[in-house]
Amino acid sequence: MSWFNNWTWPTRLRDKGIIGMNRRNIRYIGRYNSRRLYPLVDDKLKTKLLAQQYGITSPELIGTVTTQFGVKHIGEMLTGHAGFVIKPAKGSGGKGILVIEKVEDNAFIKPSGAKLTLTDVERHVSNILSGLYSLGGSPDVAVIETLINFDESLMDYTYEGVPDIRVIVFKGYPVMAMMRLSTAASDGKANLHQGAVGVGLNIATGAALRAVQFDRPCFSHPDTGHDLASLVVPQWETLLNLAAGCYEMTGLGYLGTDMVLDRKHGPMLLELNARPGLAIQMTNGEGLRRRLDLIERQPDGVPAKQRVAFSQHHFARQSELVESPDTASSSA
Amino acid sequence: MSRLMFYIIVGLLLVAGIATSVHRHVQFEIPWLPGEQRQVWEIEAGINFNAQDGPVQVDLALPSHQAGYRVLTENTASSGYGLAYQADELGRTAQWTIREAAGSQTLYYSVQMLVSQDAQAPVQTPPEMTPITPWESPYDTAASQLIEQAWARSANNATFARELIRDVNGERQGENARLLLSQENPAALVVRLLNQAGVLAREVSGLLLEDGRRRQTLSSWIQVFDESGEQWSIFHPLTGEQGKPENLLLWETGGRAVLEVQGGTNSRVTFSMMTHDQPASAAVRNHYSEDTLLNFSIHSLPLEEQALFQTILLIPIGALMVVFLRVLVGIKTSGTFMPVLIALAFIQTTLPTGLIGFLLIVAVGLIIRNYLSYLNLLLVARVSAVIITVIAIISIFTVLAYRMGLSAGLTITFFPMIILAWTIERMSILWEEEGPKQVLIQGGGSLITAVLAYLAMNNPWVRHITFNFLGVQLILMALILLLGNYTGYRLLELRRFKPITDDEKPS
Repeated sequence: MSWFNNWTWPTRLRDKGIIGMNRRNIRYIGRYNSRRLYPLVDDKLKTKLLAQQYGITSPELIGTVTTQFGVKHIGEMLTGHAGFVIKPAKGSGGKGILVIEKVEDNAFIKPSGAKLTLTDVERHVSNILSGLYSLGGSPDVAVIETLINFDESLMDYTYEGVPDIRVIVFKGYPVMAMMRLSTAASDGKANLHQGAVGVGLNIATGAALRAVQFDRPCFSHPDTGHDLASLVVPQWETLLNLAAGCYEMTGLGYLGTDMVLDRKHGPMLLELNARPGLAIQMTNGEGLRRRLDLIERQPDGVPAKQRVAFSQHHFARQSELVESPDTASSSA
Repeated sequence: MSRLMFYIIVGLLLVAGIATSVHRHVQFEIPWLPGEQRQVWEIEAGINFNAQDGPVQVDLALPSHQAGYRVLTENTASSGYGLAYQADELGRTAQWTIREAAGSQTLYYSVQMLVSQDAQAPVQTPPEMTPITPWESPYDTAASQLIEQAWARSANNATFARELIRDVNGERQGENARLLLSQENPAALVVRLLNQAGVLAREVSGLLLEDGRRRQTLSSWIQVFDESGEQWSIFHPLTGEQGKPENLLLWETGGRAVLEVQGGTNSRVTFSMMTHDQPASAAVRNHYSEDTLLNFSIHSLPLEEQALFQTILLIPIGALMVVFLRVLVGIKTSGTFMPVLIALAFIQTTLPTGLIGFLLIVAVGLIIRNYLSYLNLLLVARVSAVIITVIAIISIFTVLAYRMGLSAGLTITFFPMIILAWTIERMSILWEEEGPKQVLIQGGGSLITAVLAYLAMNNPWVRHITFNFLGVQLILMALILLLGNYTGYRLLELRRFKPITDDEKPS
C-alpha cells in the first residue's frame, strides 16, 4: 500500500494542469522552437554576443580561447582580473564551469578555497577545447567572463554557489519563475535533482511562494536555516523585462532564461535553455498548462513591457509560506 | 502538416499493412500462428570457381531422401549453363555444362528439405571392396598393429569401427596412429584401415543444419556397413560417436567427391541454410505457385539474404519496444537504440549468458575506463582505447570460458563491440558527473529495455509474423507514428509529480 501511495492518477495531474515530458516536447518545444534557432542558445558565446547586440545585460566577456595554441596565452588574458569564470560554450547542465574567486600570488582560488596553479587552469581550458564537456563531445570554445558579485540581499539564502533565477518565457510572456538555491547536499550547484532548494516565485512581485527540496516542501534553507518566506527578489520588474526581451532576441517561443542578480549591474542573463525542464511546476506547486493556454490565446506583436504587465496581473498568487489572515481563519 | 494529414497517413499504413497480411494469409495459406506446422529447411549451395576460357563441366553431388528428411523441391540458378540431373545407385548429381566461360563463375543450387520423422533412406548398396593399396614400410606394421588391437577389443563391425576411431583420434592415440596420420587425414585413414580389415566402409559428407548459418562447408563422416552389408551406421570421424545427429543432413553418400569442376580453378562450394515453418499442405505446393508482384515476400530472395532479413525484420519490434518504454513509461536508457543492439546480441547468446557477459564487459570496461580518464586523452582516442579494451576483455573471457569448458561463453563475441565501448564511455562520464546512482538508473533502464526487447524479438510468434508477413512492418510504422504523437503523461511521471497533487492540505 505504501508503494502505491507514491503514485497518482493521470486525471489528478490533468486537473492540476501539470505538463508531462511528451506534451512539452510535442506541443511546446516542437511547435514553438524552430530547430535552426537552437544554436543561438546551445552556444553560450553566441547567446552572449547576441545579448550584447540586443542590449540585454550579461556578465562581461573577458575573452575566448578557440585553439589549443591559444591556451598558452591564457595567463596574459587573465592578468588584472580578480575573479572570473571559465565555461565551455556548448556545455550543458553546468558541466565544466570553473569559478575563480580571486588570484593571489599566482594561485587561483576557487570559492571552496582550493588553490589551482596556472597549469591547472590551462589544462581545464584544454579539456574544454577538446570537447570533454560539450554535447556529443564535439570540439568546443572556452568562454571567459567576469565573476558575478551576487547581490548581498540574497546571501543568506544560499550555501556556497550563486543562486539563479529561472523564468519560463512563453511567446515572450514570463509564465512561471523559480529561484534555485544551492545547498550542501547539491555541492554548491544549483541543480534541483542534486538537492538544491527550488523556490517558486510570484510573477507579480518576485516574492517566494513555496519551496521544495527533493520534491518535498520545506520552509527554511537546510544549511543556513534562514526563513524562506521573507525571500523577495529585488529589481523584479527589470528582471522580467530582461527575460521577456529574450523572446525577440532568439525567436524561441518556449524558452527557459537563467538570470542572476549582480551587486552593481542588477539582473543579468546567464544563459538560455531551449528545452527547459518541468521541475518548475513542482517548486510552484502548480501546473503550467493553464498559464500556457491563456498565453496562446493572446495576439502576437505585443511589446515586452505590456507582456510583463499582463503576466504580473494574471499570474499573481498568494504565498503558501506565510500564514495570511484569511487562510488562517478558513483553516481554523 | 495538419493533424488530418497525419491520421490519413497512419490510417493508410494500417490499412495497407493489414490488407497485405490478410492477402498473404488467404492466398498462400500462411497461418497466423507458428504452431501445427511442418519444419522445412532451405539449403542453398553456392559454387564458385574461375573459368579458364573454355568448356566447363561442373558436377555437384545432391542429397536424396534419407532418415528424417525428405527432398521437397529443388532449384538451380545458372545463367547460360546446360543442366542435367543424374542418378545412379551411388546417389544423385547435378551436371552443369557450358561451351565457353571465362572469369569468376557462380552457380546456385537450392533444395527444400521437409523434416519428417517417417522419411526413410533408399536401400544403400554397400561399396565394392576396393583393392587394398598396400602400405609402405614402416606404415604397414603400424597399420596392422592398429587393426589387431582394435579387432581384439571389438565384437562386430560397428564396435570395431568405434575402437579404431578412438585409437586413431582419441585419448588412446598412440605412436602408430600418429605415424599414419602423417600420411592421411583422420577420416580417410579410418576408412582405409577398415577396408584393410575387410569391413565395408566409406567416407560420406554431411551438413550440420543450424538456422541462419551462412558460408558453411560440409563435414566428413564415416559410414560403416555391418557384416551382412545391409545395415549401416554413421560414425563421427574424430570422437567415434555412433549414430547420426538429428541435425545432420547427409549430402553425399556414395563416397565420391562432392564437387568436381573441369575447366575451372579455385572451385569451392559453400552452403547457407535456414529453417521456417510451413503448413503441411502449403509446404508441398508453395513453390509451384506463380511468383507475382503481389507475392511480395522475403522468400523470393536467395537464402543467404533471407537469413539476414530474418534478423533485420525483427529490429522494428525492438524499436517499437524502445519507443513504448521511453514514451509511455519514461524509462531512461543510455543511448537511444543501444538496448535493441544488445537484445540482438542476446538472441545469439541466450539470455543468461548474455546478461552475465554484458555485465562483466561493462563492469571491467568501466574500471579500465576510469584509469584512462587520468591520462587526459582526447575523446576519439579515448573511445578508441576503450574499443580495444572491450575487444581484449571479450577475448580473455572467451578463452577463459573455453578453458573452463563453458561453451556458452564463446557466444560473447556476438556483442557489438563499438556500441559497448560507447556505452562504457557514456556511463563513465555519467558516473563522474552525476554519481553512481544515475549510472544504475540508466544502466538498469537500458538493461530492462534490452531484456524486454529480447523477449519480444525472440518470441516464436513474433518471429513467425514478422518474417512471413511483410505488411506487419507497415503496421509497426503506424504504431510508432501514433506513439510519436502521444502528449499524455508517462507512467513514471505519475510518481514524479505526485507531491503536487497532495498539497491541498499542507501538513
